[in-house]
Amino acid sequence: MKVVYADVLVIGGGLAGLRVAIGARRRGHDAIVLSLVPPKRSHSAAAQGGMQASLGNVTKGEGDNEDVHFEDTVKGSDWGADQQVVRMFVNTAPKAVRELAAWGVPWSRVRQGDRQVIINGEKVTITEREQAHGLVAQRDFGGTRKWRTCYVSDGTGHAMLFAVGDRAIAEGIPVHERTEALALIHDGKRCYGAIVRDLITGELTAYVAKATAIATGGAGRVYRVTTNAVICEGIGAALALETGIVPLGNMEAVQFHPTGIFPAGILVTEGCRGDGGLLRDASGHRFMPDYEPEKKELASRDVVSRRMEEHIRKGNAARSRFGQHLWLDITLLGRKHIEHNLREVKEICQYFLGVDPAEQWIPVRPAQHYTMGGVRTDHTGQTPTLRGLFAAGEAACWDMHGFNRLGGNSVAETVVAGMIVGEFIADFVASPEGELDIPTAVLRDALAAERGKLDVLLQGGGHEQADTLKAEMQQTMTDNVGIFRTGADLQRAVDKLQELLVRSRNIGLRSRRDGPNPELVTAYRVQKMIKVALCIAQGALTRTESRGAHFREDFPRRNDAEWLQRTLATWSDPLATLPTLNYEALDVRRMELPPGWRGYGNKDYVDHPDTAQRAAEVAKLREAASNGGRHAVQAALMPYDHLLPASLRGYNERIDEKIPK
Amino acid sequence: MSQVTDAAPPGAAIPPADAPKRMLHFHVLRHDPQDPVSIPHFEVFELEEAPGMTLFIALNEIREKLDPSLAFDFVCRAGICGSCGMVVNGRPGLACRTLTQDLPAEISLAPLPAFELIADLSVNTGKWMRGMSERLETWVHSLGEDVDLTRLEERMDPDLADRIYELDRCIECGCCVAACGTARMREDFVGAVGLNKIARFALDPRDHRTDADFYELVGNDDGVFGCMTLLGCHDVCPKQLPLQTQIAFLRRKMLKAGL
Repeated sequence: MKVVYADVLVIGGGLAGLRVAIGARRRGHDAIVLSLVPPKRSHSAAAQGGMQASLGNVTKGEGDNEDVHFEDTVKGSDWGADQQVVRMFVNTAPKAVRELAAWGVPWSRVRQGDRQVIINGEKVTITEREQAHGLVAQRDFGGTRKWRTCYVSDGTGHAMLFAVGDRAIAEGIPVHERTEALALIHDGKRCYGAIVRDLITGELTAYVAKATAIATGGAGRVYRVTTNAVICEGIGAALALETGIVPLGNMEAVQFHPTGIFPAGILVTEGCRGDGGLLRDASGHRFMPDYEPEKKELASRDVVSRRMEEHIRKGNAARSRFGQHLWLDITLLGRKHIEHNLREVKEICQYFLGVDPAEQWIPVRPAQHYTMGGVRTDHTGQTPTLRGLFAAGEAACWDMHGFNRLGGNSVAETVVAGMIVGEFIADFVASPEGELDIPTAVLRDALAAERGKLDVLLQGGGHEQADTLKAEMQQTMTDNVGIFRTGADLQRAVDKLQELLVRSRNIGLRSRRDGPNPELVTAYRVQKMIKVALCIAQGALTRTESRGAHFREDFPRRNDAEWLQRTLATWSDPLATLPTLNYEALDVRRMELPPGWRGYGNKDYVDHPDTAQRAAEVAKLREAASNGGRHAVQAALMPYDHLLPASLRGYNERIDEKIPK
Repeated sequence: MSQVTDAAPPGAAIPPADAPKRMLHFHVLRHDPQDPVSIPHFEVFELEEAPGMTLFIALNEIREKLDPSLAFDFVCRAGICGSCGMVVNGRPGLACRTLTQDLPAEISLAPLPAFELIADLSVNTGKWMRGMSERLETWVHSLGEDVDLTRLEERMDPDLADRIYELDRCIECGCCVAACGTARMREDFVGAVGLNKIARFALDPRDHRTDADFYELVGNDDGVFGCMTLLGCHDVCPKQLPLQTQIAFLRRKMLKAGL
């Protein structure tokens, strides 16, 4: 039996995973990163538009701070987020941008003086301040009250991933590329690492670690139409689920991005709308102001996607032979702006559509984009039920996005969570609890179990085809678990997925080599993916309300009285065909921002019985602490500073907000 | 505006619905170096062309319908991750954004040369790139202590930031190495990808390395003096990086540093 040891084993080589590994390494622990692909090819690279951090350098960001970012994020989440985690996040995001600036990310910078921008379809001149010249610039994104999204042209994720990837190389962190975790090693209480398959040779190895972190990104590929890369298959979530004791949180919370190009589903950034682009229908009419007079194209993504589909249903779609779509018009931004600030968009339009977006409109339709749910952890990133198992980034649900994530908050979350969880994982490894005491029989049995499953696939003579099951699952999810959901559709999806799950236990392969065998990979992954899809569909069927991206036509109101709850899905019996759902209540009495209207979208919701009382309490506390400044007010409402690692505490300096030396 | 009609998506990429369908023949180089009996050979797969078909779509269809064992690499399928470099009709490029309509009906696909072959069209660019990064130390070398993250970030001229990003856009796809005459003869040649990175860090004031430091890294025949100025790299770079200019600039700079 081949065994590899590390203090920290990180599964996933995107931004979150790499940053966790760097954090652990800098504290003196050995970290190994497992990655399906060379880490710089991870899906983090696809984040185009930018990362939110309340630096407030540009004129349109003046007055921005953690408080505003906090409110935008909580409203964006439709009050599904853990508000303490949101506070930890917004306070760390500026530090993350500054760290990355020091590591070499070529952030776009503020240039003092006048410049012309497009706001609400009009040309406007804004003047950037002299004292901001050369600092990191921000652009506008949906669901935010200030221009807060820091960016590198429209290759933000790429530039961040390369800087962090190179930093990991500088720190001497080994990345075991083209390896895949098949199962976690655990005894029901403690996680000891993972059984890992080499995707080139097929060899299985037991990786043993004091702490294991899942940072595998989202599950977009359980859908047919998604912006996600082909490796975003929710396998990390499935690894946790298959332990039988680690719950997945809020898997039904799935974001659809308004502007996937049609029909390929490739993303064009929200920066298109942030920079002034407009959505138009078949007749060229700009329709978003009709639905959302306040935020228009820049309401949160769940709202814009829903409005687009609503507008299509009313018969206003443009048609092509591939079906119905709408238009994204960025021609008004001008060629110079597009070729400078939106060049990836230009390339994508040119190569995949043959469209020059400086001259022509871009055919778009909402496509699956982001998995708000994931491996449920506490604010340190650790799962409460399996010690030594952590999760970070899109794979995790710690839970800062609730039922809808704001644009620019995901790539921010990757590095922020990496910084925070990296510190906590180092603490854990250094603590007595981090010591390892593992019988080799546990390793042997875990490895034998995975070998057995692969042998059944390779030699078992099953007659189901893996890619057929995968395609049926993807079609089922896109058809029935989309933007508009109904009980009947969701039940149909659950029934179909259960059938597919049973069939997936009888897969046979046409290609029987054990090395680089793509059919084998599809086979063992699809068995896992169907379980993840079932958590999404069953969670959506059971949640009889609408919240954020989860919209039930048969239950269109947000219902705080009954559903201010986080869904927890576990899969305790490997032969079951459905997850077990439990619910974890969010405590209104501890919220800094009690539930209310988001400022866009549906105004009609059912209040929680504690909301009025907490709102009154918050008002009173605000008044009492108001003389002490905004930090004192915040501390009175919901203290969180003690939750952060000591090295990441502290206020953030801004041009307009000095902090004491 | 002319598009404000119930028309098909505008633009040249998608031909009219009534265009006659072509039968495409994909001549794919097959080989499994781990299989002792495998011999490299071309295998031909026939597919009917579909509107808007890319090599990503075509190869997946081949795998689904004709041969589930065919090995190739795609990740983002949007031209930004650099996974799918391969030699298409003799020319290295990104398969995901290559439209079949821009190719003749006979299409040859081969793995990128100069990299370790995994199987069929899949090569180990990651291992090569990591080795290059370790050798050239492709990260910002700052002086001394970590920055105080609570304070304002250091300022940078906006134009300089843009110029650094221009070179930072490299996606390490390996096409430049596959198209490089020197790389084929000299195993340790750092390629245009490596030289471009040195140019990028030399431009970055946050990196405190001097020309003399960079000379130690690329002032030899495995570095900038190994380039024969054939500039295949420049011709095939999918991101249109200014490789020709950067190599010339770096050579002048290193010549001065070496004197």
